[in-house]
Amino acid sequence: MAVQDVALAVEASKPGMPQLDFSTYPNQIFWLVVSIVVLYFIVSKVALPRIGSVIEDRHNAIANDIEQASEFKRKAEEAEAAYNAALTEARAQAMHIAGVAKAEIKADVDAAIAKADAEIAAKSAESAVRIDEIRASALKSIEEVAGAVVNDIIAAIMPTTSDEKATKAAVAARLKG
Amino acid sequence: MSTDTTTEEATSGFNIQPMKQFEIHPLFGDGAIHWYTPTNAALWMGLAVFCAYLLLVVGSRGRAMVPSRSQSVAEMTYGFVRKMIEDITGKEGLKYFPHIMTAFLFILFANLLGLLPYSFSTTSQIAVTGVLAMTVFLTVTILGFVINGPGFIKLFWVSSAPLALRPVLFLIELISYFVRPVSHSIRLGGNLMAGHAVVKVFAGFAGALGIGAIIPITAIVAVYGLELLVAFIQAYVFTILTVVYLKDALHPAH
Repeated sequence: MAVQDVALAVEASKPGMPQLDFSTYPNQIFWLVVSIVVLYFIVSKVALPRIGSVIEDRHNAIANDIEQASEFKRKAEEAEAAYNAALTEARAQAMHIAGVAKAEIKADVDAAIAKADAEIAAKSAESAVRIDEIRASALKSIEEVAGAVVNDIIAAIMPTTSDEKATKAAVAARLKG
Repeated sequence: MSTDTTTEEATSGFNIQPMKQFEIHPLFGDGAIHWYTPTNAALWMGLAVFCAYLLLVVGSRGRAMVPSRSQSVAEMTYGFVRKMIEDITGKEGLKYFPHIMTAFLFILFANLLGLLPYSFSTTSQIAVTGVLAMTVFLTVTILGFVINGPGFIKLFWVSSAPLALRPVLFLIELISYFVRPVSHSIRLGGNLMAGHAVVKVFAGFAGALGIGAIIPITAIVAVYGLELLVAFIQAYVFTILTVVYLKDALHPAH
């Protein structure tokens, strides 16, 4: 029992809360100040500048990338517009060239037709002249042949009364009639 | 004599000393505690600083564009505290970012380290939280007068209240202002101390109950989870109150 009493007495002599044991305060405060000062220098001289610069760098890099991406997009849109413009221009030019070619061909064809017509007309005129000539010479030949035949007939029937001039005239009159 | 010893052993099973964990003793030897003696308090404060160093300096040493896990946590902590200051005080408060970051990291890591078994919880000591709170209080008060001059008194002069009420409100505001360091320090220290004491009490029950110990052990697990939350929340609360007090110094007008 005596031992227990002593233990209780020792127990009672201690303060209920070690937090209120003021004899340890100078020690705690001293080490607290040391810790806080050390931590403050770590934080303010090393940690915050480093982390801050890393975050800043990343922020800038992302902003740059986004800017670059929008730049590329703008360029792509420009290229598309240029492509479309070139396409419409090329189409218009092709239509124009086709029209010109068509007109040229038409003109050539017309000229060739006109030339051919003229040649045909010339040839047919020439032919007509020749036909006339042939007809005239044929008529002359018929007259001669008819005259000769008449003369021969008259000579055979009535050899005394041969008048070549009269028969010729008579034949010609007959042929004309 | 033999019966005495048996009863003593029986009672020692229930001999729970929840406050013993808060005692300060020298690391080496058993002598008196002078202001310079390396104690368990000094050791665990140093470890808190070391953990903050590991997270912020070692963790971010890669300076990677795509952060590693530890760098990511360091950056989140940075962004968390920075945003808190910016939201409450505006841009001009960012001048005090390193100071507030220091307080936040120290309290956070001291709280978390205090949760390790056999550790010593420095932030459960009124001496520590009191010095922190008084430092904040004095700094903010001096800063208030340096920046605003006598205009800092406007903090207590509620110009939006009816004129007759203003002296009364002045008195109330003044009292509440001077109570700030008390509540600031006791909130942190008390929360930490209570949680740790509860865990210790349950642990004492567990030692005495034999197979029934499953109940207090379950309770310890639950309380431990709660204490983990409290460790973060109290660090956050201490920091945000510091920032709010700083805001009062920067913009005293109501």
